[in-house]
Amino acid sequence: MASEKVKVFTDANFGEEVKNGIVLVDFWATWCAPCRRIAPIVDQLAEEYTGKLTVAKVDIDENPMTPSKFMVRGIPTLLLFKNGDLKETVVGLETKDRLAQLIDKHL
Amino acid sequence: MSTASPSHRQQVVIIGSGPAGLTAALYTSRANLEPLLIEGIEAGGQLMLTTLVENYPGFRAGVMGPDLMGEMRAQAQHFGAAILQGDVTSVDLSKRPFTINVGQTVYTADTLIIATGASAKWLDLGVDRKLSGRGVSTCATCDGFFFKGLPVAVVGGGDTAMEEAIYLSKLATSVTVVHRRNSLRASKVMQDKAMSTPNISFLWNKEVIDIKDLDQGKVTSLVLRDTQTGAQSDLAVDGVFIGIGHTPNTALFKGQLAMHDNGYLKTHDGSRTSVPGVFAAGDVQDHVYRQAVTAAGSGCMAAIDAERFLSGTLHDTSHSIHPPPSTSSPS
Repeated sequence: MASEKVKVFTDANFGEEVKNGIVLVDFWATWCAPCRRIAPIVDQLAEEYTGKLTVAKVDIDENPMTPSKFMVRGIPTLLLFKNGDLKETVVGLETKDRLAQLIDKHL
Repeated sequence: MSTASPSHRQQVVIIGSGPAGLTAALYTSRANLEPLLIEGIEAGGQLMLTTLVENYPGFRAGVMGPDLMGEMRAQAQHFGAAILQGDVTSVDLSKRPFTINVGQTVYTADTLIIATGASAKWLDLGVDRKLSGRGVSTCATCDGFFFKGLPVAVVGGGDTAMEEAIYLSKLATSVTVVHRRNSLRASKVMQDKAMSTPNISFLWNKEVIDIKDLDQGKVTSLVLRDTQTGAQSDLAVDGVFIGIGHTPNTALFKGQLAMHDNGYLKTHDGSRTSVPGVFAAGDVQDHVYRQAVTAAGSGCMAAIDAERFLSGTLHDTSHSIHPPPSTSSPS
Protein backbone atom coordinates (compact mmCIF):
# COMPACT_ATOMS: atom_id res chain seq x y z
CA MET A 1 0.00 0.00 0.00
CA ALA A 2 2.39 2.66 1.23
CA SER A 3 5.07 3.81 -1.19
CA GLU A 4 8.38 2.03 -0.76
CA LYS A 5 9.98 5.45 -0.91
CA VAL A 6 8.50 6.32 2.48
CA LYS A 7 10.90 5.45 5.30
CA VAL A 8 9.98 4.44 8.83
CA PHE A 9 11.64 6.42 11.62
CA THR A 10 11.69 5.41 15.28
CA ASP A 11 12.59 7.02 18.59
CA ALA A 12 15.97 5.30 18.28
CA ASN A 13 17.01 6.72 14.92
CA PHE A 14 14.95 9.93 14.60
CA GLY A 15 17.65 12.45 15.55
CA GLU A 16 20.18 10.87 13.21
CA GLU A 17 17.76 10.56 10.28
CA VAL A 18 16.63 14.20 10.17
CA LYS A 19 20.18 15.58 10.45
CA ASN A 20 20.88 15.93 6.73
CA GLY A 21 18.89 17.37 3.88
CA ILE A 22 15.17 18.06 3.76
CA VAL A 23 13.01 15.58 5.58
CA LEU A 24 9.22 15.43 5.81
CA VAL A 25 7.92 13.36 8.74
CA ASP A 26 4.32 12.18 9.05
CA PHE A 27 3.24 11.42 12.64
CA TRP A 28 0.39 8.93 12.58
CA ALA A 29 -1.33 6.01 14.33
CA THR A 30 -3.32 3.03 13.14
CA TRP A 31 -6.50 4.28 14.86
CA CYS A 32 -6.35 7.80 13.41
CA ALA A 33 -8.91 8.24 10.61
CA PRO A 34 -7.58 11.57 9.27
CA CYS A 35 -4.11 10.00 9.13
CA ARG A 36 -5.45 7.49 6.63
CA ARG A 37 -6.65 10.40 4.51
CA ILE A 38 -3.30 12.13 4.39
CA ALA A 39 -1.26 8.93 3.89
CA PRO A 40 -1.80 8.71 0.10
CA ILE A 41 -0.77 12.36 -0.26
CA VAL A 42 2.42 11.69 1.69
CA ASP A 43 3.08 8.69 -0.56
CA GLN A 44 2.63 10.80 -3.69
CA LEU A 45 5.00 13.46 -2.36
CA ALA A 46 7.61 10.76 -1.72
CA GLU A 47 7.29 9.59 -5.33
CA GLU A 48 7.33 13.06 -6.86
CA TYR A 49 10.20 14.45 -4.79
CA THR A 50 12.47 11.40 -5.07
CA GLY A 51 16.08 12.44 -4.62
CA LYS A 52 15.14 15.92 -3.35
CA LEU A 53 13.22 15.09 -0.21
CA THR A 54 13.27 12.29 2.35
CA VAL A 55 9.79 11.27 3.42
CA ALA A 56 9.21 9.24 6.57
CA LYS A 57 6.52 8.12 8.99
CA VAL A 58 6.55 7.80 12.77
CA ASP A 59 3.98 5.55 14.45
CA ILE A 60 3.26 7.46 17.66
CA ASP A 61 2.02 4.38 19.54
CA GLU A 62 5.36 2.66 19.14
CA ASN A 63 7.46 5.82 19.40
CA PRO A 64 6.13 8.10 22.15
CA MET A 65 9.39 10.02 22.75
CA THR A 66 9.69 11.83 19.43
CA PRO A 67 6.16 13.31 19.32
CA SER A 68 6.58 14.43 22.91
CA LYS A 69 9.93 16.07 22.12
CA PHE A 70 8.38 18.11 19.30
CA MET A 71 5.19 18.76 21.31
CA VAL A 72 2.98 16.92 18.85
CA ARG A 73 -0.43 16.73 20.53
CA GLY A 74 -2.63 15.96 17.60
CA ILE A 75 -2.35 13.79 14.53
CA PRO A 76 -1.85 13.83 11.68
CA THR A 77 1.02 16.27 12.15
CA LEU A 78 3.65 16.77 9.47
CA LEU A 79 7.03 18.23 10.40
CA LEU A 80 9.53 19.45 7.82
CA PHE A 81 13.21 19.49 8.81
CA LYS A 82 16.14 21.05 6.98
CA ASN A 83 19.54 19.83 8.13
CA GLY A 84 18.10 18.94 11.52
CA ASP A 85 16.22 22.20 12.08
CA LEU A 86 12.43 22.19 12.29
CA LYS A 87 11.16 24.50 9.52
CA GLU A 88 7.46 23.79 9.10
CA THR A 89 4.67 22.28 11.18
CA VAL A 90 1.39 21.25 9.59
CA VAL A 91 -1.35 20.07 11.94
CA GLY A 92 -4.35 18.25 10.49
CA LEU A 93 -5.34 17.75 6.88
CA GLU A 94 -3.79 19.76 4.11
CA THR A 95 -3.98 19.53 0.34
CA LYS A 96 -1.11 18.16 -1.70
CA ASP A 97 -0.67 21.47 -3.53
CA ARG A 98 -0.32 23.35 -0.26
CA LEU A 99 2.20 20.82 1.10
CA ALA A 100 4.18 20.99 -2.13
CA GLN A 101 4.36 24.79 -1.76
CA LEU A 102 5.74 24.43 1.78
CA ILE A 103 8.34 21.91 0.62
CA ASP A 104 9.35 24.01 -2.42
CA LYS A 105 10.12 26.95 -0.11
CA HIS A 106 12.98 24.97 1.42
CA LEU A 107 14.41 23.14 -1.61
CA MET B 1 -2.06 15.79 -13.88
CA SER B 2 -4.20 15.75 -17.01
CA THR B 3 -5.62 18.89 -18.54
CA ALA B 4 -9.14 19.77 -19.59
CA SER B 5 -10.63 17.66 -22.37
CA PRO B 6 -14.15 16.92 -23.59
CA SER B 7 -14.01 13.54 -21.84
CA HIS B 8 -14.27 15.44 -18.57
CA ARG B 9 -17.84 16.46 -19.33
CA GLN B 10 -20.17 14.67 -16.95
CA GLN B 11 -23.92 14.42 -16.61
CA VAL B 12 -23.63 14.54 -12.83
CA VAL B 13 -20.80 15.74 -10.63
CA ILE B 14 -21.15 15.30 -6.87
CA ILE B 15 -18.92 17.23 -4.49
CA GLY B 16 -18.50 15.58 -1.10
CA SER B 17 -18.32 12.01 0.16
CA GLY B 18 -20.32 11.82 3.37
CA PRO B 19 -23.68 10.01 3.55
CA ALA B 20 -25.36 12.66 1.35
CA GLY B 21 -22.76 12.57 -1.45
CA LEU B 22 -22.39 8.78 -1.47
CA THR B 23 -26.16 8.21 -1.46
CA ALA B 24 -26.49 10.65 -4.37
CA ALA B 25 -23.74 8.67 -6.14
CA LEU B 26 -25.54 5.40 -5.45
CA TYR B 27 -28.83 6.61 -6.88
CA THR B 28 -27.38 8.41 -9.91
CA SER B 29 -25.13 5.47 -10.78
CA ARG B 30 -28.11 3.11 -10.61
CA ALA B 31 -29.89 5.54 -12.97
CA ASN B 32 -27.00 5.04 -15.45
CA LEU B 33 -25.89 8.66 -15.16
CA GLU B 34 -22.25 7.63 -14.56
CA PRO B 35 -21.69 10.17 -11.79
CA LEU B 36 -18.30 11.53 -10.85
CA LEU B 37 -17.91 12.07 -7.12
CA ILE B 38 -15.08 14.32 -5.94
CA GLU B 39 -14.49 13.23 -2.40
CA GLY B 40 -12.50 16.11 -0.94
CA ILE B 41 -9.76 16.14 1.63
CA GLU B 42 -12.10 15.24 4.47
CA ALA B 43 -13.15 12.08 2.61
CA GLY B 44 -16.03 10.24 4.22
CA GLY B 45 -17.11 13.32 6.12
CA GLN B 46 -17.76 13.76 9.82
CA LEU B 47 -18.65 10.11 10.40
CA MET B 48 -15.00 9.20 9.75
CA LEU B 49 -14.19 10.87 13.07
CA THR B 50 -16.84 9.06 15.09
CA THR B 51 -16.74 5.70 16.79
CA LEU B 52 -19.91 3.67 17.29
CA VAL B 53 -22.98 5.04 15.49
CA GLU B 54 -26.09 3.71 17.22
CA ASN B 55 -28.81 5.63 15.39
CA TYR B 56 -28.33 4.57 11.78
CA PRO B 57 -31.29 2.32 10.91
CA GLY B 58 -30.51 -1.28 10.10
CA PHE B 59 -27.71 -1.77 12.62
CA ARG B 60 -29.24 -2.76 15.95
CA ALA B 61 -25.82 -3.31 17.53
CA GLY B 62 -24.50 -0.06 16.06
CA VAL B 63 -21.92 0.38 13.34
CA MET B 64 -18.52 2.06 13.42
CA GLY B 65 -18.68 5.39 11.55
CA PRO B 66 -15.66 4.67 9.30
CA ASP B 67 -17.02 1.19 8.50
CA LEU B 68 -20.40 2.62 7.54
CA MET B 69 -18.74 5.12 5.20
CA GLY B 70 -16.53 2.39 3.72
CA GLU B 71 -19.65 0.35 2.92
CA MET B 72 -21.47 3.33 1.38
CA ARG B 73 -18.45 4.11 -0.77
CA ALA B 74 -18.11 0.50 -1.94
CA GLN B 75 -21.84 0.31 -2.69
CA ALA B 76 -21.71 3.46 -4.86
CA GLN B 77 -18.64 2.12 -6.70
CA HIS B 78 -20.33 -1.26 -7.16
CA PHE B 79 -22.97 0.46 -9.31
CA GLY B 80 -20.40 2.37 -11.34
CA ALA B 81 -19.87 5.68 -9.57
CA ALA B 82 -16.40 7.10 -10.28
CA ILE B 83 -14.72 8.47 -7.17
CA LEU B 84 -11.97 11.03 -7.50
CA GLN B 85 -9.57 11.74 -4.66
CA GLY B 86 -9.17 15.46 -4.83
CA ASP B 87 -10.31 18.77 -3.48
CA VAL B 88 -12.39 21.17 -5.56
CA THR B 89 -10.57 24.48 -5.80
CA SER B 90 -13.24 26.57 -7.56
CA VAL B 91 -16.52 26.32 -9.44
CA ASP B 92 -18.31 28.43 -12.04
CA LEU B 93 -22.08 28.05 -11.85
CA SER B 94 -22.91 31.05 -14.07
CA LYS B 95 -23.63 28.90 -17.14
CA ARG B 96 -24.30 25.28 -18.07
CA PRO B 97 -22.42 23.06 -18.26
CA PHE B 98 -21.06 24.08 -14.88
CA THR B 99 -17.29 24.20 -14.45
CA ILE B 100 -15.56 22.44 -11.56
CA ASN B 101 -11.83 22.89 -11.07
CA VAL B 102 -9.78 20.36 -9.13
CA GLY B 103 -6.29 21.85 -9.07
CA GLN B 104 -5.24 21.98 -12.73
CA THR B 105 -7.97 19.61 -13.92
CA VAL B 106 -11.24 21.01 -15.25
CA TYR B 107 -14.52 19.11 -15.23
CA THR B 108 -17.81 20.24 -16.66
CA ALA B 109 -21.19 19.01 -15.53
CA ASP B 110 -24.79 19.27 -16.70
CA THR B 111 -25.93 18.93 -13.10
CA LEU B 112 -24.08 19.43 -9.85
CA ILE B 113 -24.93 17.96 -6.47
CA ILE B 114 -23.31 19.77 -3.57
CA ALA B 115 -22.77 17.65 -0.47
CA THR B 116 -19.75 19.36 1.05
CA GLY B 117 -21.08 19.08 4.59
CA ALA B 118 -19.97 21.05 7.59
CA SER B 119 -16.78 21.19 9.63
CA ALA B 120 -16.20 21.61 13.34
CA LYS B 121 -16.45 25.18 14.55
CA TRP B 122 -13.64 26.82 16.50
CA LEU B 123 -13.95 29.34 19.30
CA ASP B 124 -13.41 32.79 17.85
CA LEU B 125 -10.40 33.49 20.03
CA GLY B 126 -7.55 33.26 17.54
CA VAL B 127 -5.46 31.54 20.19
CA ASP B 128 -7.44 28.31 19.78
CA ARG B 129 -6.29 27.95 16.17
CA LYS B 130 -2.72 28.80 17.09
CA LEU B 131 -2.69 26.07 19.74
CA SER B 132 -4.35 23.54 17.41
CA GLY B 133 -2.31 20.36 17.66
CA ARG B 134 -0.73 21.76 20.83
CA GLY B 135 -3.56 20.87 23.16
CA VAL B 136 -6.57 22.36 21.37
CA SER B 137 -8.53 19.87 19.31
CA THR B 138 -11.90 19.40 17.64
CA CYS B 139 -11.51 15.62 17.43
CA ALA B 140 -11.34 13.52 20.60
CA THR B 141 -10.93 10.25 18.74
CA CYS B 142 -7.94 11.71 16.86
CA ASP B 143 -6.10 13.44 19.67
CA GLY B 144 -7.41 11.96 22.93
CA PHE B 145 -4.42 9.60 22.98
CA PHE B 146 -2.08 12.46 23.87
CA PHE B 147 -3.98 13.20 27.10
CA LYS B 148 -3.71 9.83 28.81
CA GLY B 149 -3.52 10.48 32.54
CA LEU B 150 -4.00 14.25 32.16
CA PRO B 151 -6.91 16.59 32.94
CA VAL B 152 -8.86 17.93 29.95
CA ALA B 153 -11.86 20.15 29.25
CA VAL B 154 -14.62 19.85 26.68
CA VAL B 155 -16.39 23.02 25.53
CA GLY B 156 -20.03 22.71 24.50
CA GLY B 157 -23.35 21.24 25.56
CA GLY B 158 -24.62 19.27 22.57
CA ASP B 159 -24.28 15.66 21.46
CA THR B 160 -20.84 16.27 19.95
CA ALA B 161 -19.51 17.63 23.23
CA MET B 162 -21.00 14.74 25.24
CA GLU B 163 -19.58 12.17 22.84
CA GLU B 164 -16.15 13.77 23.16
CA ALA B 165 -16.42 13.89 26.96
CA ILE B 166 -17.43 10.23 27.22
CA TYR B 167 -14.64 9.13 24.89
CA LEU B 168 -12.05 11.21 26.76
CA SER B 169 -13.20 9.99 30.20
CA LYS B 170 -11.54 6.66 29.42
CA LEU B 171 -8.16 8.31 28.80
CA ALA B 172 -7.96 11.51 30.83
CA THR B 173 -7.89 11.69 34.63
CA SER B 174 -10.77 14.14 34.58
CA VAL B 175 -13.00 15.73 31.99
CA THR B 176 -14.59 19.08 32.75
CA VAL B 177 -17.45 20.08 30.48
CA VAL B 178 -17.59 23.85 30.13
CA HIS B 179 -20.95 25.08 28.94
CA ARG B 180 -22.21 28.64 28.64
CA ARG B 181 -25.76 27.74 29.63
CA ASN B 182 -27.18 25.98 32.69
CA SER B 183 -28.57 22.97 30.85
CA LEU B 184 -27.43 20.68 28.06
CA ARG B 185 -28.71 20.66 24.50
CA ALA B 186 -27.56 17.06 24.05
CA SER B 187 -30.02 14.18 23.65
CA LYS B 188 -31.28 12.54 26.86
CA VAL B 189 -29.31 9.33 26.19
CA MET B 190 -26.04 11.20 25.81
CA GLN B 191 -26.74 13.43 28.83
CA ASP B 192 -27.42 10.41 31.04
CA LYS B 193 -24.27 8.67 29.85
CA ALA B 194 -22.11 11.72 30.52
CA MET B 195 -23.71 12.57 33.87
CA SER B 196 -23.27 9.04 35.16
CA THR B 197 -19.57 8.89 34.26
CA PRO B 198 -17.62 9.44 37.51
CA ASN B 199 -14.74 11.50 36.13
CA ILE B 200 -16.87 13.86 34.03
CA SER B 201 -17.88 17.06 35.81
CA PHE B 202 -19.77 20.14 34.61
CA LEU B 203 -19.13 23.85 34.85
CA TRP B 204 -22.34 25.71 34.02
CA ASN B 205 -22.79 29.25 32.74
CA LYS B 206 -19.13 29.58 31.85
CA GLU B 207 -17.61 30.71 28.59
CA VAL B 208 -14.01 30.38 27.51
CA ILE B 209 -12.44 33.80 27.00
CA ASP B 210 -8.78 32.76 26.68
CA ILE B 211 -6.57 29.69 26.43
CA LYS B 212 -3.10 29.71 27.97
CA ASP B 213 -0.23 29.47 27.26
CA LEU B 214 0.75 30.64 23.78
CA ASP B 215 4.29 31.50 24.94
CA GLN B 216 4.90 27.94 26.06
CA GLY B 217 3.30 26.65 22.88
CA LYS B 218 0.94 24.37 24.77
CA VAL B 219 -2.29 24.39 26.70
CA THR B 220 -1.91 24.95 30.45
CA SER B 221 -5.26 26.45 31.44
CA LEU B 222 -8.51 28.02 30.30
CA VAL B 223 -9.69 31.44 31.40
CA LEU B 224 -13.44 31.29 32.01
CA ARG B 225 -16.05 33.97 32.54
CA ASP B 226 -19.31 33.36 34.34
CA THR B 227 -22.13 34.38 31.99
CA GLN B 228 -24.31 35.40 34.97
CA THR B 229 -21.90 37.23 37.28
CA GLY B 230 -19.04 38.09 34.92
CA ALA B 231 -16.57 36.61 37.42
CA GLN B 232 -13.40 35.17 35.90
CA SER B 233 -11.75 31.92 36.89
CA ASP B 234 -8.96 29.63 35.71
CA LEU B 235 -9.25 25.95 34.92
CA ALA B 236 -5.93 24.07 34.73
CA VAL B 237 -6.01 21.52 31.91
CA ASP B 238 -3.55 20.01 29.44
CA GLY B 239 -6.03 19.74 26.65
CA VAL B 240 -9.26 21.33 25.48
CA PHE B 241 -11.68 19.76 23.04
CA ILE B 242 -14.08 22.06 21.25
CA GLY B 243 -17.54 20.67 20.53
CA ILE B 244 -19.60 23.79 19.90
CA GLY B 245 -21.13 22.85 16.60
CA HIS B 246 -20.36 23.09 12.94
CA THR B 247 -19.97 25.58 10.14
CA PRO B 248 -21.07 24.72 6.57
CA ASN B 249 -18.44 24.21 3.87
CA THR B 250 -19.85 26.76 1.44
CA ALA B 251 -16.87 29.06 0.77
CA LEU B 252 -16.62 27.68 -2.80
CA PHE B 253 -20.11 28.91 -3.62
CA LYS B 254 -20.07 32.42 -2.14
CA GLY B 255 -21.69 34.90 -4.52
CA GLN B 256 -22.93 32.08 -6.76
CA LEU B 257 -25.64 30.38 -4.70
CA ALA B 258 -28.18 31.82 -2.27
CA MET B 259 -27.27 31.20 1.35
CA HIS B 260 -28.83 31.80 4.75
CA ASP B 261 -27.15 34.34 7.05
CA ASN B 262 -25.33 31.49 8.80
CA GLY B 263 -23.76 30.35 5.54
CA TYR B 264 -25.90 27.28 4.91
CA LEU B 265 -27.14 26.85 1.33
CA LYS B 266 -30.75 27.73 0.68
CA THR B 267 -32.79 24.96 -0.90
CA HIS B 268 -36.40 24.85 -2.02
CA ASP B 269 -38.77 22.25 -3.43
CA GLY B 270 -36.63 19.34 -2.36
CA SER B 271 -32.95 19.79 -3.04
CA ARG B 272 -32.95 22.72 -5.49
CA THR B 273 -30.59 25.62 -4.94
CA SER B 274 -30.95 29.10 -6.41
CA VAL B 275 -29.31 27.90 -9.67
CA PRO B 276 -31.31 25.46 -11.83
CA GLY B 277 -29.37 22.22 -12.24
CA VAL B 278 -27.47 22.68 -8.97
CA PHE B 279 -28.78 20.63 -6.05
CA ALA B 280 -27.68 20.44 -2.44
CA ALA B 281 -27.89 17.64 0.10
CA GLY B 282 -26.79 16.89 3.64
CA ASP B 283 -25.37 19.19 6.29
CA VAL B 284 -24.33 21.89 3.78
CA GLN B 285 -28.03 22.85 3.56
CA ASP B 286 -29.30 21.53 6.90
CA HIS B 287 -28.53 23.21 10.19
CA VAL B 288 -31.54 21.67 11.90
CA TYR B 289 -31.41 17.86 11.72
CA ARG B 290 -27.78 17.11 10.79
CA GLN B 291 -28.05 13.33 11.07
CA ALA B 292 -26.39 10.63 8.97
CA VAL B 293 -29.80 9.28 8.02
CA THR B 294 -31.24 12.68 7.05
CA ALA B 295 -28.11 13.42 5.02
CA ALA B 296 -28.46 10.10 3.19
CA GLY B 297 -32.15 10.82 2.60
CA SER B 298 -31.48 14.25 1.15
CA GLY B 299 -28.69 12.77 -1.03
CA CYS B 300 -31.33 10.47 -2.51
CA MET B 301 -33.63 13.45 -3.11
CA ALA B 302 -30.86 15.37 -4.89
CA ALA B 303 -30.10 12.37 -7.09
CA ILE B 304 -33.74 12.00 -8.13
CA ASP B 305 -34.05 15.76 -8.71
CA ALA B 306 -30.89 15.75 -10.87
CA GLU B 307 -32.14 12.77 -12.86
CA ARG B 308 -35.47 14.49 -13.52
CA PHE B 309 -33.71 17.73 -14.41
CA LEU B 310 -31.61 15.89 -17.02
CA SER B 311 -34.64 14.20 -18.52
CA GLY B 312 -36.60 17.45 -18.55
CA THR B 313 -39.24 16.22 -16.16
CA LEU B 314 -38.35 18.31 -13.13
CA HIS B 315 -41.33 20.58 -12.89
CA ASP B 316 -41.14 24.13 -11.74
CA THR B 317 -42.90 24.12 -8.41
CA SER B 318 -41.42 27.34 -7.18
CA HIS B 319 -44.86 28.90 -6.69
CA SER B 320 -46.37 26.10 -4.65
CA ILE B 321 -45.11 23.86 -1.89
CA HIS B 322 -46.64 20.74 -3.44
CA PRO B 323 -46.88 20.14 -7.16
CA PRO B 324 -50.45 20.34 -8.39
CA PRO B 325 -51.82 16.80 -8.45
CA SER B 326 -53.46 16.70 -11.88
CA THR B 327 -53.01 19.99 -13.67
CA SER B 328 -49.82 20.65 -15.62
CA SER B 329 -47.15 22.75 -13.93
CA PRO B 330 -46.43 26.30 -15.04
CA SER B 331 -43.51 26.38 -17.44
